[in-house]
Amino acid sequence: MDRRSALKVLGLAGSAVTALVSLPKLAMASWAKTAFEARSGADALQNLYGGNATTPSDAVKLKAPDIAENGAVVPIEVETDMEADSIAILIEKNPSPLAGSFNLPAGTKGLVKTRVRMGETTNVTAVVKSGGKLYTTTKEVKVTIGGCGG
Amino acid sequence: MSSIRIKAKERAGVVDVKALMKHPMETGLRKDKDGNKIPPHFIQEVVAESNGAVVFSGSFNTSISKDPYLSFQYGGKKGDKLTLSWTDNQGQKDAETVDVG
Repeated sequence: MDRRSALKVLGLAGSAVTALVSLPKLAMASWAKTAFEARSGADALQNLYGGNATTPSDAVKLKAPDIAENGAVVPIEVETDMEADSIAILIEKNPSPLAGSFNLPAGTKGLVKTRVRMGETTNVTAVVKSGGKLYTTTKEVKVTIGGCGG
Repeated sequence: MSSIRIKAKERAGVVDVKALMKHPMETGLRKDKDGNKIPPHFIQEVVAESNGAVVFSGSFNTSISKDPYLSFQYGGKKGDKLTLSWTDNQGQKDAETVDVG
């Protein structure tokens, strides 16, 4: 067997192991596994909301630092005055871009504050679902020290 | 002692909640000093309930920082009970109840 095909076989074996290891994670019913494990923001939104057509909107306010010295703890705040059912946060260059999704029952404000990790300088997108549509605001956050790995 | 610390304050009919959950939030991507992968261990679900109704819920991914911080606001009043609970990917759970001040 030459080196190239040996690598191929190794790669296949690797994916099989990954598939096996992933199985026990099925346990959580409500956690949107396919959305959270998606490798792109578009796939994440498709799996989370059943659609990924977004409209940039000033009505979605995203507060994040211009420069995050420590990528392990970056404060993010999403706020909107729209009637929102859901808010999601996407971090474009993270291995799994969807960082969190939040459900807002009637009477709950369109507001979420949390802290996230980012491995490198990246765009952060706040997504607000209102009236069945997705509205977004994106901001770049520069990272001095990455928050992943280590 | 609970892993959750909650501050819930009402002003003009709106309860402002600030919560800190003590949790490692392991991504599954890190390696220990021997080069072995540290398995993922992170909070997946957070639910806040008051007077028997869910007032806020959310799902976290591994991108949420260690010891997650979460803040939100909902319509309520002083003296209400607010319960916040989390469940992680290993099935561990915790919950804490406070009086809205």
